[in-house]
Amino acid sequence: MATHLILQKIFKTGIVSEPAPEADLSLRVRERELHAEILKVFGQAVSIRCVDAGSCNGCELEIHALGGPHYNIEGLGVKFAASPRHVDLLLVTGPVTRNLEVALKRTYDAIPEPKWVVAMGDCGCGCGQIGDLFGENYATRGKVSGVIPVDVEVPGCPPTPEALLRGILAAVSGKAR
Amino acid sequence: MEAHLGDIELTLTPQEGGGAIWRFALEAQRLPSFARAIREEGGQLLALWGSDDRHLERGFAVHVAFLSSVGLIWTTSDLDPERPAYPDLACIFPQADRMQRATFDLLGIRADGAVDERKWLRHGAWPADAFPLRKDFDASRPASHDTDAYPFIRVEGDGVHEIPVGPIHAGTIEPGHFRFSIIGDRILKLEERLGYTHKGTEKRFEGLDLDTGARLAGRVSGDSHSAYAWAYCLAVETATASAVPARAVWLRALFLEMERVANHLGDLGYLGNDVALAFGFMQFWRLKEDWLRLTARLFGHRYLFDRIVPGGVALDLADAGKAELAALADRIETEVGELKAVYDEHAGLQDRFANTGIVKPDLAARMGLTGLAGRASAQAWDARAQFPQAPYDELDVNMATARKGDVLARAEVRFAEVKESLRLIREILRRLPAGDIRAPLAPVSRVCEGLGWVEGWRGDILVAVRIGADGRLDRVHAHDPSWQNWPLVELGVLGNIVPDFPLINKSFNLSYSGQDL
Repeated sequence: MATHLILQKIFKTGIVSEPAPEADLSLRVRERELHAEILKVFGQAVSIRCVDAGSCNGCELEIHALGGPHYNIEGLGVKFAASPRHVDLLLVTGPVTRNLEVALKRTYDAIPEPKWVVAMGDCGCGCGQIGDLFGENYATRGKVSGVIPVDVEVPGCPPTPEALLRGILAAVSGKAR
Repeated sequence: MEAHLGDIELTLTPQEGGGAIWRFALEAQRLPSFARAIREEGGQLLALWGSDDRHLERGFAVHVAFLSSVGLIWTTSDLDPERPAYPDLACIFPQADRMQRATFDLLGIRADGAVDERKWLRHGAWPADAFPLRKDFDASRPASHDTDAYPFIRVEGDGVHEIPVGPIHAGTIEPGHFRFSIIGDRILKLEERLGYTHKGTEKRFEGLDLDTGARLAGRVSGDSHSAYAWAYCLAVETATASAVPARAVWLRALFLEMERVANHLGDLGYLGNDVALAFGFMQFWRLKEDWLRLTARLFGHRYLFDRIVPGGVALDLADAGKAELAALADRIETEVGELKAVYDEHAGLQDRFANTGIVKPDLAARMGLTGLAGRASAQAWDARAQFPQAPYDELDVNMATARKGDVLARAEVRFAEVKESLRLIREILRRLPAGDIRAPLAPVSRVCEGLGWVEGWRGDILVAVRIGADGRLDRVHAHDPSWQNWPLVELGVLGNIVPDFPLINKSFNLSYSGQDL
């Protein structure tokens, strides 16, 4: 019986979730005056829309990993949503390709204000050893901030789930840098 | 060596030090008869790409990699510099269709007689009369901002609806467009439009030094990093006739199998998730996370990025690490066994997996379905088993196959491959030879070429490299198995209901970045 096996496995596994990391405010690249009321609300929960704007899919592996039981992001109030209309934060990976530029801008526009943008990975941030590996060429626009405004940059190739979570929390944290 | 393929007699020259890879020049006009002979013999077309060789006092060239009973045959056909064209091969091997269209988009090399001449990788970013991979391409020419205006094939009739999906999808996956034509909930037709992550990767390789090239090759598709990096390094080492220390070769295989385990664990979790079994997702992703964390502790990177380098590997494994890795491999094998028992017993999951997204063996053979999806449709090819290069020639890999070609079969093949990879990992750890992990490459003084072929977790990964006389990269083509497998997603979903599409798509788990380049 599957139910019996599932329950047995759940009890044997126990809880593997770890305490949440602190927001890493040093990742903020843009400071904005925000209404205290709004921050109070967002301090509790944030809904995210991901856009792969041309990544090698390495960053996506870590976004997926963030959904695993070690990180317990829904317990922190962090949730990934399907529609840009339903979110507060846009998470963008990859050097932005020209073939996806329009779709990225439209997604950004579709998110209601106030909104935050987190650029993820060396390609998306245009930094580190890998930041200029793809560079800008006939097919690529380079880093995300060249195309839409960015609040937080999380470098790494790819950044670990923990680093990504620190960046996401930094975007919506009410604390000043 | 003399080889006979159908009624064609060939003298094949093995690629120096390149295992079961054979290379020869073939007049373009003879390509179709040669392809037919390969087809009759039961072989496949793996990859097709072009090159601009005018700076080498030739014209253009079209290259084809065929899979045959003797191994991989790499043909090169020189083409006219003014009007580069070769006869259509998609009428013999349908999987050539998109590769031919991409070759035209990037190089202006035409497949004469091809039925489908629509653009493939080009959207609106560069004009139709500009070809980025030509050496005289003017990169400073302003990009066009035309909308894509891709001519989809319309299905019309009473009650037919269209559902356009993407390029940005509901989940965290790569971008691509899917155009469904449906009646009620049944899929009548699916047409894919890819190319959204086209980064100009192949252009980017031009002029890079060999070490930077390895980093870029590994990022053609991040989830297959080790496979690409290894294939690239094999190509470079073959081209430069450089030897690699035995310990490095074994460590490369260790990395490749670790990558396979990580990806299969993740996919098995997502397959559970896609049938609303969150338990499956959480359990498999717990195991994957444990695996990635140990990988990071032993090798400094969760996905082993940049650990395979030209001439060897970048990092060694200490004896203490061996024991830790073997212990985790044991635990994961036990736990995956427990989870498989749940998947086997779970009526809801079995109901969704079985008979969903079927690709029958004859269709798979006709279309060239490859890799793990191919093996789940009885296409018994695995380069590690049939044409093993070191160290697989000493490892005796057991190939996993299934016949039904449905989501369940693709899950079963993954379960079997996780088990086999864990066995290989333990075997490699036990027999890892001592010695150096990296040797300098032999110096380059003339133009040289090589091809690397690696069985990645998704399927055959090929990297072809030409190094210029200055020792820098002149042309690199990287081939992802997703090229030939994407069209089978279009066919595998027919007659299924729309809500099963994510499950079917995930069961293939193809790369966008790998085929968009």
